[in-house]
Amino acid sequence: MALTNEQIERYSRQIILPNVGGKGQDKILKAKALIIGTGGLGAPCGFYLAAAGVGKIGLVDSDKVELNNLQRQILHITADIGLPKTESGKKRLAALNPEVEVITYPIRLDSTNIMEIIKDYDVVVDGSDNFPTRYLVNDACVITKKPLIHAGIFRYDGQAMAILPGQGPCYRCLFPEPPPIGAVPSCQEGGILGAVAGVLGVLQANEVLKFILGIGEMLVGRLLIFNALDSTFRIVKVPRDKDCLVCSEHPQISKLIDYQEFCSLKVKKDCYIKKIA
Amino acid sequence: MAKVKVRIPAPLQKITQNKQEVTCEAVNIKELIKDLEKQFPGIKARLLDENGKIRRFINFYVNDEDIRFLKHDETSLSEGAEVSIIPAIAGGCYGFD
Repeated sequence: MALTNEQIERYSRQIILPNVGGKGQDKILKAKALIIGTGGLGAPCGFYLAAAGVGKIGLVDSDKVELNNLQRQILHITADIGLPKTESGKKRLAALNPEVEVITYPIRLDSTNIMEIIKDYDVVVDGSDNFPTRYLVNDACVITKKPLIHAGIFRYDGQAMAILPGQGPCYRCLFPEPPPIGAVPSCQEGGILGAVAGVLGVLQANEVLKFILGIGEMLVGRLLIFNALDSTFRIVKVPRDKDCLVCSEHPQISKLIDYQEFCSLKVKKDCYIKKIA
Repeated sequence: MAKVKVRIPAPLQKITQNKQEVTCEAVNIKELIKDLEKQFPGIKARLLDENGKIRRFINFYVNDEDIRFLKHDETSLSEGAEVSIIPAIAGGCYGFD
């Protein structure tokens, strides 16, 4: 596909990069990325993917925009309060880059709908805010061999890892199971500095673009740990777990699990969460 | 006995008087957890389950190696090693408070 003059102008600063060029830009324009959660992680990630020209971006989020989101969820603005986040997200990405096709999924992911949604995408970004979704997304991506870019944030800390099923470890190789219900009497609302979410969300966008372009070393088998107070990044090794519940040769999990939200703060908010499968 | 640095994750810093790094003396991870508990009572219950096993959503690293792929809590420590405790995190929730 030949780039138009306008595309060459819009994307010129990345087209001139070594290892990108017109061919790389073409890959980006044809790529399809699904962003789960349009919050602290998904918002900055979505902006950079749309700006880079990722052809199709899916946004999954069942929430509506609230005032307390705006400190970090930069896809949404004050006038969007009360709107579905997928709608305000679509509006903002379309305003930034009208070339990008944005598909909205204003739903909560569960074992009955996730497969149908992820099958249309080349890569999945996990920007969700809860363990049930995290493990559901990991398992669905492993089972369907879909690349997954993971990140998590808490207060001044962040973690990021890229998961290429079949080639490297998955999230369960790192943390085999979510915290059990009942083990946690109360869960604290930890708070987060908006810029910390931004750092991790942008790292996720960076991994997506490296994956699309096939350049560099992705965070496969490596967990990146960001400490905002020290301004340090550290990397620890994440080996593949030969006994992994989902990605080993003899997986114990072959169908998706709807974990119950263990966090009491969130259970109050999401009273419609399903029982454990 | 090896003197090691231990990085404490944010939600446990309440117990460590807001220190994100503490010093322990121990020969292995099992002893290190004992020493942590001696210095910071209450921390052990956050790290271990009722059977005394390290919780499945918490990892211990010696330098950059996950002890689950070494000798679990028998993993020995050498002088000056850096131990990191890394829990799973998700949107304001750690597996413990």
